[in-house]
Amino acid sequence: MRIVVDLTRCQGYAQCVFLAPQVFELHGEEALLYDPDVPAGLLDRVRQAAAACPVQAILVGEQVRADAP
Amino acid sequence: MPRDLDQGRIVIVGASLAGLRAAETLREEGFTGSLTVVGDEPHPPYDRPPLSKQVLLGKAAADATALPARRGLDADWRLGVAATGLDAAGKRVLLADGESLPYDRLLIATGTRARPWPDPAQAALDGVLTLRTADDAARLAERLAAGPRRVLVIGGGFTGSEIASACRERGIEVTVAERGPAPLVGALGGTLAKLAAGLQRAHGVDLRCGVTVTALRGNGRFTGADLSDGDRVDADVCVVAMGAVRNTEWLADSGLAAGRLGVACDAGCRVFDAYGIVTDDVFVAGDVARFPHPLFEYQMLALEHWGNAVAQAGVAAHNMVSPGPLRRPHLAVPVFWSSQFGVNVKSVGVPSFSDQVVIAQGSLGERRLVAVYGYRGRVTAAVTVNMAKWLEHYQGLIETAAPFPPGPGAADGHPLVTEFPVPSNVPDPRGLLHGPTVALTGHLPDRRLTLVRPGG
Repeated sequence: MRIVVDLTRCQGYAQCVFLAPQVFELHGEEALLYDPDVPAGLLDRVRQAAAACPVQAILVGEQVRADAP
Repeated sequence: MPRDLDQGRIVIVGASLAGLRAAETLREEGFTGSLTVVGDEPHPPYDRPPLSKQVLLGKAAADATALPARRGLDADWRLGVAATGLDAAGKRVLLADGESLPYDRLLIATGTRARPWPDPAQAALDGVLTLRTADDAARLAERLAAGPRRVLVIGGGFTGSEIASACRERGIEVTVAERGPAPLVGALGGTLAKLAAGLQRAHGVDLRCGVTVTALRGNGRFTGADLSDGDRVDADVCVVAMGAVRNTEWLADSGLAAGRLGVACDAGCRVFDAYGIVTDDVFVAGDVARFPHPLFEYQMLALEHWGNAVAQAGVAAHNMVSPGPLRRPHLAVPVFWSSQFGVNVKSVGVPSFSDQVVIAQGSLGERRLVAVYGYRGRVTAAVTVNMAKWLEHYQGLIETAAPFPPGPGAADGHPLVTEFPVPSNVPDPRGLLHGPTVALTGHLPDRRLTLVRPGG
């Protein structure tokens, strides 16, 4: 499972950092860093974080499969 | 959607953020025809912003930034093969492997690549790198992990500054060589760029401004560089961060309005041909597009911004499957961000489309501020440093053409910190070592000057 955070929207509310500190961290006062490759055991926490984000900046999805035809 | 627009063959050239989001939108809006996505890199679409941040800090692997998809795309991915030409009359994309792909509608999303060091022999020295792709990031992260004595970064734009920041955070000595008077001067203007220079020096960066690198030295392996002021920098690693080149060469014989400034299109992402006549079956989105923006006097803009790639790809894809009256314009206000040296820098509007700037909130000393930019008495941009929650407010001022300097109440009732605007000192982009992330591809706001430059 992969995530991407729209940092254009992110305003540093840090809800995700509270909910899944293993995946999201603040770097300085308001710059967000995150691990795009979510470990399976943290999937529920990351989904909660995505739901809790006040600006809905977290997109959770499957990695694009681009197998040769 | 009319029957004919939800079927047929759509080819997207470019398998990065814009190409992926366009493919998602096409399927979401009901396109059931054949969809082919061509990419010159072997990797499925991945995210670039983490490459100069998490990856260089050693917090994420370069190959872990693959982008999630919101849905199944049912696309034919042609990865690891570049598009080499376009037969617009015959409606075919020519590929490097000799094949050609027929299309009914085409989306160009080929983006940009890192500008290489101009001397090929010097660029080939072991230890001379660029940072644009995931493979680039993996190579650079490996070099940083090996603990070099010093890294030389050529160019003080966003990429160069973020690399320097990552080096310092890892305790690595770093020199930044910037041809302009300060880092980020192309993106922020000379006045606010002084803050960027102060940040770099406060964090121990050996910042050299107003100099160019005249030669890279080494015997097989990079050992150092000569500067135009006669000085020499000894280093083990050199990162060439001189901005980006738009990937338009493959369109040279296509008859489209494509060149070094990008691929010109209308507000609906429809590409112009070389005569300036709009096409109806060729669209463009992302870093490679240049488009007119009414908030900035219809100046043609080319934006190397994540948010622009997403928004423009959505508009282009919608318009590819919509009849004329249902098509939408791409009018998003440009937004970009950077995190470096412990601060979060965000921008809305186009700071380089300005003649004056005022500090509206916070201060340089606190390293927490909002700088508001104006052009001929109108707010055209705002840059926040560790005050991102204010961005939306200033976006409203830009969208409503609020007067500059902003009046009392503009900063939520607080008086402006500085009463008098000062010149924003936006430089002529031709004088910069790196490219600004927003290229005003027509003229500078204070000079009716067309930026046409023959040759490379």
